[in-house]
Amino acid sequence: MEPRPRSFYILAAFFALFLLFLYGPTLTIAVLSFQGPEGGLTFPMRGVSLHWFRDLFQEQAVGDIWGAFRRSLVLGLMVMVTTVVVSVLGGLAFRKRFQGSAILFYLIITALVIPSILVSLGVGLIFSQGGLKVHWATSGFGSQLTWTLPFGLLIMFAVFNRFDRSYEEAARDLGASPWQTIRHVVLPIIAPSLIGVALFGFTLSYDEFARTLLTAGSYNTLPLEIFGMTTNVTTPVIFALGTLTTLFSFAIIGVFLVMAWIIGRRRKRAGSDAGKGMI
Amino acid sequence: MSELFKNRHVTGWLMASPLVLVLSVFLVMPIIMIAIVSFWGATEWSIYPAFQFDNYAFLFGSDVTYRVFFNTFKYAFITWVFCLGIGFTAAYFLAFHVRSLTWQVALFLLCTIPFWTSNIIRMISWIPFLGRNGLANSTLMSWGVIDEPLEWLLFSDFSVILAFVHLYTLFMVVPIFNTMMRIDRSLIEAAADNGASGWQTLWHVIVPLTKPGIMIGTIFVVTLVMGDFITVRFMSGSQSANVGRLISNDISLLQYPSASATAVVLLVTVLLVIGILLRFVDIRKEL
Repeated sequence: MEPRPRSFYILAAFFALFLLFLYGPTLTIAVLSFQGPEGGLTFPMRGVSLHWFRDLFQEQAVGDIWGAFRRSLVLGLMVMVTTVVVSVLGGLAFRKRFQGSAILFYLIITALVIPSILVSLGVGLIFSQGGLKVHWATSGFGSQLTWTLPFGLLIMFAVFNRFDRSYEEAARDLGASPWQTIRHVVLPIIAPSLIGVALFGFTLSYDEFARTLLTAGSYNTLPLEIFGMTTNVTTPVIFALGTLTTLFSFAIIGVFLVMAWIIGRRRKRAGSDAGKGMI
Repeated sequence: MSELFKNRHVTGWLMASPLVLVLSVFLVMPIIMIAIVSFWGATEWSIYPAFQFDNYAFLFGSDVTYRVFFNTFKYAFITWVFCLGIGFTAAYFLAFHVRSLTWQVALFLLCTIPFWTSNIIRMISWIPFLGRNGLANSTLMSWGVIDEPLEWLLFSDFSVILAFVHLYTLFMVVPIFNTMMRIDRSLIEAAADNGASGWQTLWHVIVPLTKPGIMIGTIFVVTLVMGDFITVRFMSGSQSANVGRLISNDISLLQYPSASATAVVLLVTVLLVIGILLRFVDIRKEL
């Protein structure tokens, strides 16, 4: 292999700085969340303690963050499942051009680029003028879908653009019905990318702020609760909460990545019977 | 044959129907609703149906509007420049200087993971860095670069743009990296064989071929910054404004009609910008 050019080392240093820029602040608040009871929002550390984490578990100190966490978790799962199902169906629909598919495609792009506060405002207005109560599981749920679905669909478009149609033809030649083809051939092939769609669905919902701002109603989701804390909490308890929820996000991402990796490995091992003969 | 032809449209719409349902109820109808309400009137505590142009007249008659729109474009442009510079360099390093696929994937994932964590937490996490007694000030003072803490680090345009770049650079890295990975490596060799220097290859071969990725990244960054209201509010300490904040201020005062009028103008502006950008790239081809 040729020796690395000098530019490699310069670019590598740049890239390392970029990663530091991405993760540095998060690591800083992780360290600061272990402040002693007397400590403030910045360095120096005044002792090391779990004081602020303990505070999180006392309702009166921080409000209803555990309720908010539960709601965010349930909402995230609802959005995740819906995003996967609707994106797969949408992806399948877009494999053949149908009347009006171009308009639908531009609608998806619009959902992606529309300022998030417009969704919040518009959905809020519809519910209030229609005499309905906004609630995180109805209006909040729908508003978040306008953000997660475009990502799910873009992933599905990318997947189906690379999909080898000869597998389906083979299935049809062997007498499979359209449903059987999808159930036993198409879905297993695209399964790993569905993990990606699910990851987007859950995490984007779990962290969404602007779209739920006017649509969550009287029960806050976790990001709304955290934002509320920024205006009236001036202790490191907010760092402790930030650290915990970031760790939770990392854990979720980790689970999804490991799942994708396992499926990939199983497929490599058992997916092909090439060279095994007809025995 | 005509039966089959008919079927294709029917099955297409059937499979797309859940998507159509969600987008109609939570995207199209809200936009229509905002457009309607933008002509309504408001008292201090309620709004009433009407058909008047007062909200628009007030909006276009006020200097604040123009200043705030200018500010919005300023944030978008400066953020775009930094995101592009940093994102392109990082993607270029990943795609052309990292040699093993495993490392490429691992480092790429490291770049994307923050996208799946909370934006609000990532904003909050700048406070210990930029505050009056923060890390940046204390480091600079201990090095003797400055004698007094810099006041403009936090709650200023500087911190707003820093947060934007921090939040959105990966929207540049991902599409640019994706396009770069599809560049045929023999083109780079051909350029080198023909005597091109590294810079010439970069400028005349890689950059033109990466343009679609740059365009997609640009669409993301520009729309996210133009539609933002929370980063500006939080990182400027409510001292700067963009259009999103104008809308959210009206909302908090229950002035929904005037918020709607501003929202309509913002939406039209964003769609015009996207319309121009989409002329340079065919998104469906790039997926």
